Amino acid sequence: MSTTYLITGARPYGEDPQDVLIEGGRIAEIGPDIGHRAAPQLTDDAVIIDGSGLVLLPGMVDLHVHLREPGREDAETVETGSRAAAAGGFTAVHAMANSSPVADTAGVVEQVHRLGLDSGWTEVYPVGAITRGLGGTVLAELGAMADSSAQVRMFSDDGHCVNNAQLMRRALEYVKTIGGFVAQHAQDAHLTGWDTEHVAQMNEGKVSATLGLPGWPSVAEEAIIARDVLLADYTGARLHICHVSTAGSVEIIRWAKQRGIQVTAEVTPHHLMLTDDLVKSYNPVYKVNPPLRTEADTLALREALAEGIIDCVGTDHAPHPDQAKECEWAQAAMGMTGLETALPVVQHAMVETGLISWRRFAEITSVRPSDIYGHDHQGRPLAAGEPANLILVDPSVTTTVRPEDHATKGRNSPFRGLELPGQVRHTFLGGHQVLAQGELTSSRTGRTAR
Amino acid sequence: MKHLLATEGLAYDDALAILDTAEEMAAVSSREVKKLPTLRGRTVVNLFYEDSTRTRVSFEAAAKRLSADVVNFSAKGSSVSKGESLKDTVQTLDAMGADAIVIRHSASGSAAQLAASDWSEAAVVNAGDGAHEHPTQALLDALTLRRGWYSGHSATGSPRGTDLAGMKVLIVGDIVHSRVARSNVWLLRTLGAEVHFAAPATLLPYGVVSWPVIVHYSLDEALEAAPDAVMMLRVQAERMGGVFFPTAAEYTRRWGLTDERLARTQAMILHPGPMNRGVEISAAAADSPQAKILDQVAHGVAVRMAVLHLLLTGEH
Repeated sequence: MSTTYLITGARPYGEDPQDVLIEGGRIAEIGPDIGHRAAPQLTDDAVIIDGSGLVLLPGMVDLHVHLREPGREDAETVETGSRAAAAGGFTAVHAMANSSPVADTAGVVEQVHRLGLDSGWTEVYPVGAITRGLGGTVLAELGAMADSSAQVRMFSDDGHCVNNAQLMRRALEYVKTIGGFVAQHAQDAHLTGWDTEHVAQMNEGKVSATLGLPGWPSVAEEAIIARDVLLADYTGARLHICHVSTAGSVEIIRWAKQRGIQVTAEVTPHHLMLTDDLVKSYNPVYKVNPPLRTEADTLALREALAEGIIDCVGTDHAPHPDQAKECEWAQAAMGMTGLETALPVVQHAMVETGLISWRRFAEITSVRPSDIYGHDHQGRPLAAGEPANLILVDPSVTTTVRPEDHATKGRNSPFRGLELPGQVRHTFLGGHQVLAQGELTSSRTGRTAR
Repeated sequence: MKHLLATEGLAYDDALAILDTAEEMAAVSSREVKKLPTLRGRTVVNLFYEDSTRTRVSFEAAAKRLSADVVNFSAKGSSVSKGESLKDTVQTLDAMGADAIVIRHSASGSAAQLAASDWSEAAVVNAGDGAHEHPTQALLDALTLRRGWYSGHSATGSPRGTDLAGMKVLIVGDIVHSRVARSNVWLLRTLGAEVHFAAPATLLPYGVVSWPVIVHYSLDEALEAAPDAVMMLRVQAERMGGVFFPTAAEYTRRWGLTDERLARTQAMILHPGPMNRGVEISAAAADSPQAKILDQVAHGVAVRMAVLHLLLTGEH
């Protein structure tokens, strides 16, 4: 029997205060003054949460995380990554395929899916590799992964671009056949010196010229996106673009959407806020793929996200052990943690700047990513009868980012030491409270965080 | 100054202090007893992750002339080849009591990372980090240029206290991969010189438009602007395979300091070495009276003595 919760005086989408009754994993009732009527009838074990001052939102859905298991359990496990998701307000995450072994068979995706179910802090959906071993040469067993118990719908070689245009065409067509979609990591291999001694290290421009680090030109991303929207148009398939990072990419996606091409796109919180100026410190915590770009790019990405040219936020949460970042820039691993800082960063970059309302915030962090994947129980309206995948956010507090306090194993947060607004106070996963007053409680399967 | 990491951001006064101290050190180097006691009991570690006999020997000679103890740590044959991290290596050297670490590394930023870390208390001297900077090379170039510029304008006296205001310096060749070019741009500009580049667009950084330099694609055009000094950069063998320019012969025809071009300029000729005679510079140019290439080598020791002296004695 699941616990009954009564949340009083919370503001759905930051609008007028309402009370919310959660029973049997669903929103039983939502409206003003439910509390007065319902409270006397509540059983003793029901929990009442004072929601005054808090914003009620649908649980966030992240189409792009790296949970590192199997293979790199020193960096992250499905368990620790799921805790980070719950702490960050995510009720579903999609785990990219670049584990070891690669998630390119039914066996591996079923393992990751099972680990997610066992953890029970968030919903974990494995993403299948497009090509065998992420090698970029032959298709992985896409159908087997789709038919497996993990029911994979999203396929990506993320971390690697599908550079071969013929293979990309076939991936789009084949995935259309089995009812899924392809998520492309857009990065031309030749323009970024991939697998060479002079592999690109940072955004190419003013800063890279001075620092003497091989540049990662914006056109390396834009050329692939341009090619792939044309392929999506030609094949009538669905295409999702991972971590859009340049103003030029936004213009291509705008053009594609105007033409009616089935393309969707995500942006990471860090690309909304951080720029390549930070690389001047040579601190590898700022090394990421795609690289941090210029201020003009961050502003264009913010506007595109507000406007809907970019559909959603995806964190690209990429934990690494300390030694992978405590080394020379060129040798350091690419990637940043993101699950537990996403909401504060997006609030800072998008809400505080007046670009979006909390209602739009719910669209870009929950409704749209759920639609893109095809979830029918995530990203739902805050209405009676809907599954209780919910978060309560205190938008008025400001906290200093301390990676040591994070639930993820990764300490590689580029936001370390920054004061950011907004804190996820409560997370409900299918009516089960996995986060209370900012602290992890217990998972759906009864696990605790210690 | 606690460290010398780059010429970008090096203050005018600090640059002049190094150059003026180097003039004094050069005087020491011309004495019969080429030694000062100032760094007796101090330890200078040459931490070289890249082969560079010239630079290492220059730093070693500089430290020894100041009576410092010198430890040479080369990545080859050391624990680095067994996969030891920079952090562990530096902490080890620190535990052995290094007062200064002179680091040469193929990774841009490694000297800055070392200086910013809490791995060591030692003063850090960047002896070349990737394609980023090589500040002592630019300082020895500046010492060479300043002597020439000064003697061209004044009959007597010492160039001490003077700068390069009004001088035109042309840098030719592989700018994009060159830490020497980067360090020279910032220092030359700080000292008041006008900087010109001549190179094919493939060997110029994408962001070069934001640099305070005048860019020429043609060396002949650049020479018509009458530079007071021409700095020829080495063309690395791995760039010659047709990826950045078609052939070495075509490079020489368009961007080499050939005998014909030598005849058209009175400029001082500099080269950081080692030279590819017949590629970026003709033998006649390298051996001409205009060439200051061996002066550069001698000035290298004086500049490195000055840097180590200033960083480790705090006299400024």
